Amino acid sequence: MSQKIIMNFTVPGDDFTRAGEASSAVKRALKQLGLNSDVIRRVAIAMYEGEINMVIHANGGEIVVEIGSDDVQMILTDHGPGIQDIALAMREGYSTAPDEVRNLGFGAGMGLPNMKKYTDEMTIDSIVGQGTTVRMVVRVPQS
Amino acid sequence: MSEFFHSVTLDRDKCQGCINCVKRCPTEAIRVRDGKAKIIKERCIDCGECIRICPHHAKLPIFDPLSIMEDYKYTIALPAPALYGQFNNLDDVDILLTALLKLGFDEVYEIAKAAELVSDSTRKLMSQGALAKPVISSACPAVVRLIRVRFPELIHNVLPLHAPIELAARISKQAAVKKTGLQPEEIGTIFISPCPAKVTAVKMPLGTEKSAVDGVVAIRDVYPKLLGLMKEVNIPNEMSSAGRMGIGWGSSGGEATALLNERYLAADGIENVIKVLEDLEDEKFTDLDFVELNSCSGGCVGGVLTVENPYVAKARLKRIRKYLPVSCNRIDDVIPREAKWDARLEYLPVLQLDSNVDAALSKMNEMNEIIARLHGIDCGSCGAPSCKALAEDIVRGFATEDACIFNIKAQLHNLEDKISGLKKGELE
Repeated sequence: MSQKIIMNFTVPGDDFTRAGEASSAVKRALKQLGLNSDVIRRVAIAMYEGEINMVIHANGGEIVVEIGSDDVQMILTDHGPGIQDIALAMREGYSTAPDEVRNLGFGAGMGLPNMKKYTDEMTIDSIVGQGTTVRMVVRVPQS
Repeated sequence: MSEFFHSVTLDRDKCQGCINCVKRCPTEAIRVRDGKAKIIKERCIDCGECIRICPHHAKLPIFDPLSIMEDYKYTIALPAPALYGQFNNLDDVDILLTALLKLGFDEVYEIAKAAELVSDSTRKLMSQGALAKPVISSACPAVVRLIRVRFPELIHNVLPLHAPIELAARISKQAAVKKTGLQPEEIGTIFISPCPAKVTAVKMPLGTEKSAVDGVVAIRDVYPKLLGLMKEVNIPNEMSSAGRMGIGWGSSGGEATALLNERYLAADGIENVIKVLEDLEDEKFTDLDFVELNSCSGGCVGGVLTVENPYVAKARLKRIRKYLPVSCNRIDDVIPREAKWDARLEYLPVLQLDSNVDAALSKMNEMNEIIARLHGIDCGSCGAPSCKALAEDIVRGFATEDACIFNIKAQLHNLEDKISGLKKGELE
């Protein structure tokens, strides 16, 4: 059984300037592990989008990343308002982001679609009023 | 020549074993071992930060003495644009270029001239859509080396053209061979450089097998001699043949603005460069065509071999450029062969824990266990830049946990407790 690295993060919901720190830390670890650079890029982007979403929409949350030689799994859990209509939220260009983050260049409605695009598996479990859990997997191509 | 050459050397007598350079190094390439700073050669990118920060002047740049001119029958001076910004009240570049002839060079070829050719080549390649966007400048050797060790995903964005210095050396040497009938090895192309990274770029070039530059001398060595000689120039030769664009390359933003394309970003200073590369890697910039990155603050005028404050030098370059034509040098429709890289840039995975992913995973787990045991204040007393770096050194087999003074202290306390326990036992 090959080893796995578990990384735990608490994403603060009250400080937007710190959004993206967790995905940067994961990226650094993946580089040090020497994973395929395409895998690193996909994980970094998908996780960054998810992390930003947690801050914008859900007042932060927790991320658990499990790195193995076969795949990288990310579980992002928040206790925010939940997603009313997941199919609608997945549509490119659909966004409920507030104006203040749009001014920073966010809120283009590409977050969830990009997360789906860059990962091999993605599932969203959301209960309105309780929160959302997104699980993403990027598989490592075996040479 | 060993596999890794670097343009910095250590004066062991002056090195106090402090950790200023260790903490400053952007690739964590320095450790203090046995009281002296040592460079991990594979990691060093020749940025010169350690030379800049060392309070004891123990880190010395390597460059050639001006006497290297004597090794050649015919010598060509290749002055960097940054040189023009070193002198007060210089309005006419010809005075400076004439003084270089008085210094003993047979010929002067301005690097600014080659820079305009590189700019024109870049404009053409970009308009043909031949390059992956955003195109990242390849002019700063420290940046190219940084990308090679830390940003493999961006290697294919690096402009596959030689830096202006290399092109200047190639063109001027070819022309001099024709003109003089001498053999190429009898002609010396001598770069007057703001930066020791260029020494490495000449001795261990990337993008080619062998550099056409024969010697690299420091601006700060040539400067005092030129000051005197410039005063002797009454009527300067009409020599300068570069415009605003070429001379602009001497400071940050010069290369990017010469592309006549507003979708660019120019960053300088190694920490800023790293931040930009990280964001580029995450595809956070979507509307950029070109990225100019300079390891030194202010661009080449900020090199450690210069004399003047980089911002003063930048202001002077602006003044010198004021009434010059926009550009004086162009290429034909075809990009000249000597301008193109003839070797690919390859990823150098020196930061990886292990070439085998499973082994790397187990090393990282081990590293995390060690980090949990360490004190975590990143004091640097062990000679590594941080507790994390020490943990990494330990799993790589280069250090032990005994390097940590807090660990030693804890062991001493333990011992003390044991001894006092024993004494108590004896008394009872």
